[in-house]
Amino acid sequence: MLNPALVAPRPASFAILRREMLRLYRRRGQLIQPPLFFVLVAVLFPFAIGGDEHLLRALAPATVWISVLLATTLSLEDIFRSDQEDGSLEQLVLMAKSLPGACALKALAHWLSTPAPLIAMAALMSSVHDLEADTRSALLISLVLGTPVFSLVGTIGSALTVGVRGGALLLALLILPLYIPVLIFGAGAVRNATLSTATGSEYFFLAGLSVLAATLAPFATAAGLRARLS
Amino acid sequence: MIKTLHKYASPMHFHAVARAWSAPLLWLAAALFLAGLVGGLVLAPADYQQGESFRIIYVHVPSAWLSMFAYLVMAGAGATSLIWRVKLMDAIARAAAPLGASFTALALATGSLWGKPMWGTWWVWDARLTSELLLLLLYLGYMALQSAIDDRRAAARAGAVLAVVGVVNIPIIHYSVEWWSTLHQPATITRLGAPAIATSMLIPLLLMALAFQLLFFALLFIRVRSELLEFEQRASWVRELLRQARSR
Repeated sequence: MLNPALVAPRPASFAILRREMLRLYRRRGQLIQPPLFFVLVAVLFPFAIGGDEHLLRALAPATVWISVLLATTLSLEDIFRSDQEDGSLEQLVLMAKSLPGACALKALAHWLSTPAPLIAMAALMSSVHDLEADTRSALLISLVLGTPVFSLVGTIGSALTVGVRGGALLLALLILPLYIPVLIFGAGAVRNATLSTATGSEYFFLAGLSVLAATLAPFATAAGLRARLS
Repeated sequence: MIKTLHKYASPMHFHAVARAWSAPLLWLAAALFLAGLVGGLVLAPADYQQGESFRIIYVHVPSAWLSMFAYLVMAGAGATSLIWRVKLMDAIARAAAPLGASFTALALATGSLWGKPMWGTWWVWDARLTSELLLLLLYLGYMALQSAIDDRRAAARAGAVLAVVGVVNIPIIHYSVEWWSTLHQPATITRLGAPAIATSMLIPLLLMALAFQLLFFALLFIRVRSELLEFEQRASWVRELLRQARSR
């Protein structure tokens, strides 16, 4: 006797999202890893730069952005890897009525699993770095607006390198140039905030990039998956 | 029309066309190179501000143009291959990437050779220079992806997606880098403005641009030929070619 809940028609997107969230919950111990890596990278900078407090405070926004970028890049490889290893990725490609939709959900799940904890950690770190209130809020707003691009564009790279040897490094090579606009506007917003100048245009650019990535990247990810799995 | 297109898009026909055309193109490019170099290095007068060192534009400008043109060829071929599954386009995209990377590297190298006497440094974080460097990185990423995936067809399709994503991103990257550079590097370089270029300087430049363009196509054809032969190594026409080559 089949469980009626299993045969009842239900939008596929809901099932995919539910599966991703469940996986996120079951591997919740891993959620701490990106923030830990982020803290470690952020701690490396003072060692490399030296103890000059002025310099460190001036560089703090840049170091935070670069640490977030690196931590996110390292996590991209995992987006499709376990799905590919157990074969469920092929099922997803064969089954999903709307593969781009499924890819968008994958990107959302990645954003929740990596950039979101990173932003929370950045909020903590900004008090360690002793940033002013304006700078801190600019940092957090720019991270919230900009990191969706990291997840969405990163999903494309993850799809293209799924099942490729040496994937993580290759993925970073492919993806990092595409992250540069976000880095420019994100770090630029924070720098403007430290100088007490307007940050509005950078926010608009970041939001615009996120919207553009959200509309186009899922289609590219779907094309990438089809290219890798056919 | 469609029929002719279909015919020439078949690997066998394109291979024959490319074989017939690559040598004449190379000769024509060589002749234009000679004319352009004589015109540019001997006949054109020295620039009144930059002296003799302006002459590097005869290599620099054409390679910078080609660095972008080659990416468009690569992405255009990639998109065509994704949409209509034309085998030939996979070969063209794969063949264009190393050429584009070489021209980009040449543009960067000649640019910094020129920058040393003019700006007093090999490298500045100028918007154009930086976007050209990023273009080189995009090419190298494409090539890294090609070498990481063993199956040629799969590599070409994955590369096609990457190239199309790159084409959407290149304007964004370019303008954001320009924004970054204008905000944070105001006028560290004294631009010479854009003086109207004298005809005696312009004609050699156009000749060189044409020569580079022809050289690009000649090299592209040669590379596409070898790509096609490897793609289609089991096809009967390749075996036929091999048999002819052996009996010769």
